Order: sequence, then C-alpha cells, then structure tokens
Amino acid sequence: MIDLIQLAVPVLLKGLWVTAALTFISVLIGFNLGLGLALMRLSSSWLLSGFAKYYSTVFRGTPLLVQIFLFYYGLGQLSLIKDNAALWWVISDGSRCAVLALALNTAAYTSEIMRGGLMSVPAGLIEAAQACGMSRVLRFRRIEFPLAIRQALPAYGNELILVVKGTSLASTITVLEITGYAKRLMSQTFAIFEIFAIAGILYLVINLVLIAVIRSIERFLMRMRRDPAMGRAPRARTNP
Amino acid sequence: MEFGLWQVWEAGWVTAILRGASITILVGLASMAAGLVIGIVCGLIKWARIFPLSLLVDAYTSLVRGVPELLIIYLLFFSSVEFVTKVVTAFGYAGVAESGYAFVIAVIAIGAISGAYSTEVVRGALGAIPDGHIEAARALGLSGARIFRRIVAPQMLRIAVPGINNVWQTTIKDTALVSVVGLQELMRISFIGANSTRHPFIFYLIAAVVYLAITLVSQGGFDGIERLLRLRTRKTV
Repeated sequence: MIDLIQLAVPVLLKGLWVTAALTFISVLIGFNLGLGLALMRLSSSWLLSGFAKYYSTVFRGTPLLVQIFLFYYGLGQLSLIKDNAALWWVISDGSRCAVLALALNTAAYTSEIMRGGLMSVPAGLIEAAQACGMSRVLRFRRIEFPLAIRQALPAYGNELILVVKGTSLASTITVLEITGYAKRLMSQTFAIFEIFAIAGILYLVINLVLIAVIRSIERFLMRMRRDPAMGRAPRARTNP
Repeated sequence: MEFGLWQVWEAGWVTAILRGASITILVGLASMAAGLVIGIVCGLIKWARIFPLSLLVDAYTSLVRGVPELLIIYLLFFSSVEFVTKVVTAFGYAGVAESGYAFVIAVIAIGAISGAYSTEVVRGALGAIPDGHIEAARALGLSGARIFRRIVAPQMLRIAVPGINNVWQTTIKDTALVSVVGLQELMRISFIGANSTRHPFIFYLIAAVVYLAITLVSQGGFDGIERLLRLRTRKTV
C-alpha cells in the first residue's frame, strides 16, 4: 500500500499541474468569449443574437467528447486548416486542441450564465447611468458588468467545476493529465480502487480550492451588503 | 469527395450509425430510469435528514459530482471486468459477455452519475413544497403514506420537471463517454468508422448532428410536458 502511494502520488501530482493548466487557460479564454457571446445575444442585431443563440445550442447540445474528437481528428483532415500555419499549430497538438474545445464549450455555457446575469441588472440603473452621461463602455464596466457578475457568480462556480471535470476528456486525445495517468496506473498496477481514490481526492481538492476562490470573490463583491459599517458611510452609532 | 460522404453511404455506415444512435438512446433511457430511482430515494433521505443515511447520500453526491465521469467509468469497468469475465466464462457464456456486459456496466456507471444529479433536483423540488401544505394535510389527519402520495409526490414531480430535463440532457451526453470502454454506441461507431475509412471529419460531424437532434427533440418533449403541467390558476371573478 505504501509502495503504491509512493508510486502513484508523484505521477498523479504531475497530472494535477496539467489539469490545472488546462482548466486555467480554457477558463481564461472561455470566460471572455462567453461574455462576448452574452453581449451578442442581448444585442438588438438579429444577426449577432442569432449567431450567439445557435452557437450556444450547438455546443450545449453535443457531448464535449464529440467536440474534442471533431477538432482533434476531424479538422486536421481539412486542407483549409492544414495549410494555415497558425490553425495547424493549434490542432496538431493534443493539449492545445483540448484547450480549444474546452474553451469553446465553456464559452457556450458561460454565455447563458452571463446573459442571465446581465438581464437581471435593473433597467433603472442603466437609465440612471445614461442620464449621468456615461459612455457605453464606461456604463458596461462600472454598472452592468459588476452587477451581472455578482448575480452570475454562484452559477459560474458550478460551471468552473464542470470545466475541471471536462479536462479529464483530454486524456482521450493523448494528453496525460490526472485521469490519463490514473488510467495508465490502473492498467499497470491493477490497484484500481486505490488509484481511483487518490485521483478522486486530487479532483476534490481542485474543486474545493475553486469553490473557496469563488466564495471569496463573492464576499468581495458583496462587501457593501455584508458589513454596512465599512466604506465611506459614517459608522452608525447604536444606542441600546 | 474530399469529405468522404460517399464512403459513409457506400459501406453501410448509415445503418451502423442508426443502430449506434438507438443504443445511445437505450443506454440514456435506462440510466435515466436508474438515476431517477436513485434520485427519488436519496432525495427523500436528504430532504427528511434521516441521520446516518443522509451522511452517506451526501458523500455519494459530492463524490460523483466532483470527480470526472470518465474516472468513475474507468473505476467501474476495470474493477469489474476480471470478475465478470471469470463468472460468465465459468457458466459458458463468453459470447454474451462481449455484448451484454458493456451495456450493463454502462447503465450502472451513467445511472450512478445521473442519480447524483437527480438527487439534488429531487431534494430541491421537495424543499420548494410549502410547509403549510404538509401541515394542512397533517391537520386533516391524513396518514404519512397518503400525504406523500397525494400532496408531496405530485407537487415534487411538477417542480422537478425543468431540473429533470437538465439531468436528462447531461445524461444523454454522458453516454458518449462509455464509448472509451468499448460499448458500440453512437460515439464508438463513429470512432470505428472514422478509423476504418480515414474520414474522421464527416463521421464526428454526423455524430454531433445526431446528438444535437436527440437533445433538441427531447428539449421539445420536455417543453411540452412543462406546458401540460403548468399550474392552471383559478380565475377569480
């Protein structure tokens, strides 16, 4: 048992960094893309909102595994992509391809979450910002986005965990992350349950860290509500 | 003919894909049914906070929802494959093991995953039933079983429909994962087709379209059910 732990833990920890890197880069790209798609979806142009709607339907309606296989095995077949150096660079490598698929996939879910958040911003606040003469960009940055993200954060936390779980599919296209190493160790050592337990604990640790991060961001965004004494308002004296 | 559409048609892949799609739907329906049974039992345990059991249910749902589906599938397949092969060969059904076994394990794996999500949906729906309704039923002297059958269950089902829809969509997409261990469903057939014809693009595109068709049709079905179950508010004159 000790031997097994000594053998498996360093290998799986190596996978942990790959999983973390895949998650981080996909979320970074996917969040921005998703935010853009949410804005497109809410725009008054039927072309933009139609595109965003179909994008989200297609990516949310098909399994992530199909998307990963389609990008990794399928796109390489097209001469359009083969001849383009930049695209080929992305497609030819398993981990880059996995990041591409994960980012596009999470963008679809993020766009739905952010759309909900943006729609929950009261119209009166936006009108007030307009009346103050704020430009569109400033209004989005100072009024709409902070309020929308505050509303959307709990749902987005769930989505982050789904991305972490999604990175396990990268193991099907030769990327060795936690699940990839775990599968290899399972077939080498036959200690299937023990390997599963160690890999499972690593995933649970990642998720717990993510949940803690989201909670602290949430607390930061809600700081004015939680503790009315903070901020510039003079401390109210309470006399019992 | 760069895309290989002709090869797809010529070699009889269309029927293979359709057969794969039907197996996907079959696995999805069986796992969903298993998941709903798990979900209703575990959801009730979680809602009623039956002490030692609720801890077990908590452990089950947080484990399954936090660990990748693929890892759970590997665990169930690899840990059972030796055992089952031994048992089945001992009884002289080595052939049956090939086809039936993968299906059964797939349903167990996907059902366990789907059950964890269903548990949360059922618990949420049970929590949304106003306490007053149950108190009123108790005040009328209804028995516990009857309260469940007449008051709790109907409301729970109605509230749970949108959540169950989400679980179903996830479940049908999760069935693609069992292809990695060899069950010949839609994804596996596409994989075999892509490898043998060397036209992966068209095969995975077809797979994507078929999955999309399945999810869109079931979305339409659920929309219909939701419309049917929508509370008819009594008009006050």
